[in-house]
Amino acid sequence: MVDDAFASETELLRGLRAGEAAAYRQLLELHSANVYNVAFKLLGDEQEAEDVLQETFMSAFEAIDGFEGRSKLSTWLYRIAYNASLMRLRKRSQMTSFSLDVPTSGVDQDGDGSRVSRHLVDWSSVPDDQLLTAEAREVMDRAIAELPETLRSTFILRDIQGLSGSETAEVLGISVPTVKTRLHRARLWLRDRLSDYFDEGARGVRAAAIPANRGS
Amino acid sequence: MYSEERHHDCRELLGELCDYVDGELEAALCAELEAHLAECPDCRIMVDTLRRTIVLYRTQSQPAMPDDVRTRLYRVLKLE
Repeated sequence: MVDDAFASETELLRGLRAGEAAAYRQLLELHSANVYNVAFKLLGDEQEAEDVLQETFMSAFEAIDGFEGRSKLSTWLYRIAYNASLMRLRKRSQMTSFSLDVPTSGVDQDGDGSRVSRHLVDWSSVPDDQLLTAEAREVMDRAIAELPETLRSTFILRDIQGLSGSETAEVLGISVPTVKTRLHRARLWLRDRLSDYFDEGARGVRAAAIPANRGS
Repeated sequence: MYSEERHHDCRELLGELCDYVDGELEAALCAELEAHLAECPDCRIMVDTLRRTIVLYRTQSQPAMPDDVRTRLYRVLKLE
């Protein structure tokens, strides 16, 4: 760890513009892990995430003089990383002839979340340790990977990284209402996918609990 | 099963869920939605499992950036 020698974002920006190595290091300490996580979740590939991470900070260091400070440094870095990731996804989609924007089968295509799910089993009170098994994590990762890019990026930034609606809109270059629409569709889709899986798990837990209770 | 009337209410409710779970729904709509939730067990399950979905994704441990990735980043940027 390095000491946070630059106590405010304004001071950090001054240090970056002055070319101070301590400022560069602090920027990395503060934001590199988040940039890597976003790239990894968007791309699902460690090597590509690392490439995007390096590209992001190289671009940021080169462009720091042009950064006007109207957004937070983190938002600016996320935007660079998102654009770099998007270029890679587009290259992939050209190679495989898939469109990034065609919704995956089953994603609400009305855009208003009006499709009422048929999965109405209540798994919301099952304890974390029963839900978050290695298999369940794989299901969660697969579900998010199957989302169209436009929905996945919105969910990653807003719900996983915890950006605000306006920050997410700024990173993605879309309006706040569009963020809300995309987020809504992503959440419903992921809930459906988890419900498919946890419904089966919950039935298994209930079945297993019967002999255990009798034996105690 | 949903009755036609309830189904209509549920469809309307789904459109407001995002703001509701984020605590951003305006007060009047929020009260209306909560009144519906008090009467509709299906929609309560929908809200509860939607909230849990978000929490699970938010809290599931994010893979930390590997040390060798960090080392290479500092090397590439000449900040070792």
